[in-house]
Amino acid sequence: MLQILTPDGELLADAPMDVELTRRLFEAMVAARQYDRKATSIQKQGRLATYAPFEGQEAAQIGSAAALRPDDWMVPTYRDAAAMWMQGYPWTLLLLTRMGDERGGSPPDGVGVLPPSITVGAHMVHAVGLAWAARLQGSDRIAITYFGDGATSEGDFHEAMNFAGVFRTGTVFVCQNNQYAISLSRRQQTASETIAEKADGYGVPGVLVDGNDLFAMYQATSEAVARAREGRGATLIEALTYRLGPHTTSDDPSRYRDAAEVEAWRLKDPLDRVRKYLTAEGAWDEEWETRVTTEAHDEIDRAVAEAEALAALAPEEIFGAMYAEPTPELIEQKRWLLESRGNRP
Amino acid sequence: MTVMNLAQAITDALDVALTTDPRVLVMGEDVGRTGGVFRLTNGLLETHGPERVVDMPVAEAGIVGTAFGMAVAGMRPVVEIQFMGFSYPAYDQIVSHVGRIRNRSRHRFTAPMVIRMPYGGGIGAAEHHSESTEAIYAHTPGVKVVVPSTPYDAKGLLLAAIEDPDPVIFLEPIRLYRAVKEEVAGGHFVVPLGEARLERSGDDVTLVAYGSMIRETRHAADVLADEGVSVEVIDLRSLVPLDVETLVGSVEKTGRAVIIHEGHRTAGFGAELSARIHEEALYSLLAPVERVTGWDTIFPLKRTEEYYLPGVDRIVQAAHRTLEG
Repeated sequence: MLQILTPDGELLADAPMDVELTRRLFEAMVAARQYDRKATSIQKQGRLATYAPFEGQEAAQIGSAAALRPDDWMVPTYRDAAAMWMQGYPWTLLLLTRMGDERGGSPPDGVGVLPPSITVGAHMVHAVGLAWAARLQGSDRIAITYFGDGATSEGDFHEAMNFAGVFRTGTVFVCQNNQYAISLSRRQQTASETIAEKADGYGVPGVLVDGNDLFAMYQATSEAVARAREGRGATLIEALTYRLGPHTTSDDPSRYRDAAEVEAWRLKDPLDRVRKYLTAEGAWDEEWETRVTTEAHDEIDRAVAEAEALAALAPEEIFGAMYAEPTPELIEQKRWLLESRGNRP
Repeated sequence: MTVMNLAQAITDALDVALTTDPRVLVMGEDVGRTGGVFRLTNGLLETHGPERVVDMPVAEAGIVGTAFGMAVAGMRPVVEIQFMGFSYPAYDQIVSHVGRIRNRSRHRFTAPMVIRMPYGGGIGAAEHHSESTEAIYAHTPGVKVVVPSTPYDAKGLLLAAIEDPDPVIFLEPIRLYRAVKEEVAGGHFVVPLGEARLERSGDDVTLVAYGSMIRETRHAADVLADEGVSVEVIDLRSLVPLDVETLVGSVEKTGRAVIIHEGHRTAGFGAELSARIHEEALYSLLAPVERVTGWDTIFPLKRTEEYYLPGVDRIVQAAHRTLEG
């Protein structure tokens, strides 16, 4: 397993980035955690629909996304808000989706992040098509896709990996193996020793990475991205990590795992080890982290306010994005809906 | 003008699209060196090269999902699924992603792509090779469903489908591939989606059909005409969008309607057509609307498929029932 920074903050190899970038990515992890906690908390107040927290997986997402170019494609799932945000997806839109508004799925121009896949697995192969199209268009854009350990049981994983291998597309597959697919443990999910080794069957390199290690994630993804960009094909990265929270806000993880297990993983917190490393480098102090945390907290509060201030789509607008031009059926149905509502807004 | 059968017209449309639009790709199982199981992509690999005409591994979901990614990135993929009965592994991609991306991104991302599927029976094929489950796709929001029945329409509709900004399921009637020939214009032209074609004008009864059933419907109209019945025949050409205006206008004129399709009866597309007629032309009806359809059985194998497929006799009998009413 590739590990560069131990849970104690010790370097096992050269750091793949300078202290300045390390500080920036630490700030990003702090912001992501603030977002995750804020989202969880306002969900409990009924201000968001179901939310899927990613606490514990910040390094896997921030470290990998930091290795991308701003124009690279990203095909994420519902648990990848930190990676999406790194690639330019605003907090406001991430929240808007969770509030139940389709406009959250429409990132700003220039942000090639698809709205997160909700069904498990079918999205991975989209990153094959996106990267393939880039090649045909004479571009060296690559496509990264995120998924969990559970998704590797879907046939879609096989088809996506196989196609990426056969057509040598510039696709980076990042499996965040967070040990559970809702209640099903990783051991019950697959009999193979690692998920990374599944890549062997597709002629694609697979690499097992400490997913809670920012440096290891950044380095492994940078290598995979370089390979993809140079036309040398796809890579499967297994980020070994742990979902500290529930599957979603509707889930009760105490039904399927022990508190002791969770506590053991808390000791491997991805933020702690970077904090220790920066401290040793003389590049961390409490005042800085407090300020960064407060700034992130305020920024996310503003995002919440902005998302909540946006009025819901008008009734007729649910018909407005089915096709480039609505079909006669949709125009008629829109009229019926409006008539049925009388003068109500 | 060249005389072509429906298969040749589709090949010609693909060739025109590949020639005129660098974003177009043809991809599917055996579409390259073999030219497709029905040889409809014959010669395209040689003319347009392996980057544009791509042989794909056997994985329908993967093919449609890959094409979806390409379409989102600005390409115009045209996927061939070998038989409609093999499209079900890809249904998840179609319903969960292809038909949804425009809405779930509020127009920010779109998937302009065509999924071609040979469909229907009548050629004594193996199991799964004769499906006519167009109702599933017509029931799937966000995709269009197009079914040509003539060579001219096949070319014009396919070019329109490829140029459409939204995904199109393009159903090709297998047993009409080489059954009829007609003059088809060379080069580029389109037949707009969502416009039915008046195949024959008449006053007594409207026969509504599409795709593979047009031939039987035409023959039935001839039989009825010999009996002195004035028959109107409508070829829908598109199921989504549906040309309700032409359908309803015709039934308002004749007062009688027979709907013909080879898909299963219950919740088949004929049920939708019948409902539309009742909603919009009830007071014009002189008799109950008749549906001549496949049965709610598995499509039978070769020895018994004639019991399943609507034929001229069943269509004529249904028309007689409306005329007796």
